[in-house]
Amino acid sequence: MKYTQGKYILSKKQTLAKQIYDFTVLCPDIAAQAQIGQFVHILPEGKGGFTLRRPISICDIDKEAGTIRLVFQVKGDGTDVISQIPTGGPVDIVGPLGHGFTLTDKNDHVIIAGGGIGVPPLLGLAKYYGKNAVVILGFRNAEAVILQKDFEKTGAKVIMCTDDGSYGVCGNAAGPLKDYIAESDAVMSCGPMRMLEAISVISAEHDVKCQVSLEERMGCGVGACLVCACKLNVNGVERMGHVCKDGPVFDSKEVVW
Amino acid sequence: MADLSVNIAGVEFKNPVIPASGVFGYGHEYEEFYPLSKLGGIATKGTTGQLRPGNPAPRIAETPMGMLNSVGLQNPGIDTFIERELPYLMSKDTVIIANIAGSTAEECAEVAAKLDETDVHMIELNISCPNVKHGGAAFGVSCEGAAGVTEMVRKATKKPLIVKLSPNVTDIAAIAKSVEAAGADCLSLINTLLGMRIDINTRRPVLRNNCGGMSGPAVFPIAVRMVWQVCNAVKIPVIGMGGISSGRDAIEMMMAGASAVQVGAAIITDPFAPVKIINEMNEILDNWEKSNIRDIIGSVKPW
Repeated sequence: MKYTQGKYILSKKQTLAKQIYDFTVLCPDIAAQAQIGQFVHILPEGKGGFTLRRPISICDIDKEAGTIRLVFQVKGDGTDVISQIPTGGPVDIVGPLGHGFTLTDKNDHVIIAGGGIGVPPLLGLAKYYGKNAVVILGFRNAEAVILQKDFEKTGAKVIMCTDDGSYGVCGNAAGPLKDYIAESDAVMSCGPMRMLEAISVISAEHDVKCQVSLEERMGCGVGACLVCACKLNVNGVERMGHVCKDGPVFDSKEVVW
Repeated sequence: MADLSVNIAGVEFKNPVIPASGVFGYGHEYEEFYPLSKLGGIATKGTTGQLRPGNPAPRIAETPMGMLNSVGLQNPGIDTFIERELPYLMSKDTVIIANIAGSTAEECAEVAAKLDETDVHMIELNISCPNVKHGGAAFGVSCEGAAGVTEMVRKATKKPLIVKLSPNVTDIAAIAKSVEAAGADCLSLINTLLGMRIDINTRRPVLRNNCGGMSGPAVFPIAVRMVWQVCNAVKIPVIGMGGISSGRDAIEMMMAGASAVQVGAAIITDPFAPVKIINEMNEILDNWEKSNIRDIIGSVKPW
């Protein structure tokens, strides 16, 4: 795989919810290679400069237009600086990076479960599986809900949940999962670790294959510096894996929770 | 185009820019960006006698103009390194420097002895890793400890031996002299400075290891000062590192006395950093109408 680094044009920018930004970046070489579940590494270029890039998952890929869509949350100074890039401004990107979702047969019945800012990287999956997918999206409350219409447009059955019950089903995405898991072929998920662990356990109980997309503080993003370590158990042998290269998407059975 | 080649302890480098140990793995990932033959050399990820899993995550934190890391010498062990990684690296037409570490002086010597039987060009002995509980920095913070481990490794190998010094000491020149007397062919400095960050909302240190090694542009002036002090104290060549992120920084470090430079954190910011630094050094020398980088080494005119 060839990695690309460059400054690309931010062609469209909008705000989806408080502190949640939606970027469309024109980067034909990256879009051409990008796969569902991969991420890009963005350098905040503010006053004084930053040493570390920020890993942002790819929400959607338009190979014809040569664009990728990035939906991210401002969590600190770095993402704040990135959020302030004006439309038409340059975005310094290394990508596409990481091991994305392993796609199964389009006709498979899959459950796609996301929580919070773990929702955006799942949009490509919903487009791929369309009406054969059940999408369960969990948010903190009604104000935090994003991308509902985008997911509904894919033809998938979309179930909304909130932690406080202010919108849709009360509780996280693991709840409705139980109603659909018996007749599904696979589960694909991204969100908070506790939610992913719960989804992993339910999937294992029903012997359904489950892929989870993890998050960790990252350095190089390409698998060299070894900072984004996560413990894996592959065929009974424990070892350190790295979210940036071995992941971010893992077989949930290999993750040591 | 100036002549950027340097010779360190009998080893010829096509240019003086070397990715530092730890940021570059074994090179595979960066070959996806540019040919490794563009580099003066590569210092490989620190290798120990046996496999080490490293510390739990988070292992990295941003700091103003820098970063902290606490990887903890994660590596597959020397046998796997020699068998699986070294042959690939040796085919890349650049100087390969095997960085080694250990919990005891005996472990360091054992690793060096195994490398002595390979084609690797140089060995860099890390006596300064701040992220492991035993060994690492413990050797590097006293003259006796630093000299002791250097002497044992010196006996185990005829390869050109670089000893990488810790900046977390009171008098780095004294340690440099001890290591020189113990048989080192070259010194490299500075390793990272011990640092810490706390998340004020959770009251938890950002690093799972609590403390970690600080690097990046913020440490550059400290590195220049220490390289200058060490170069004034020893006769063996010195490889300078610590926060170098541009051709100007590299030239400044060489003016302080370094015969070559290593680049670490800058590669995390920009994977192309070493290549850009080489190009910038060339441009600066061309502007100055200097034809040879070696004329720059130690050329600072102190007050």
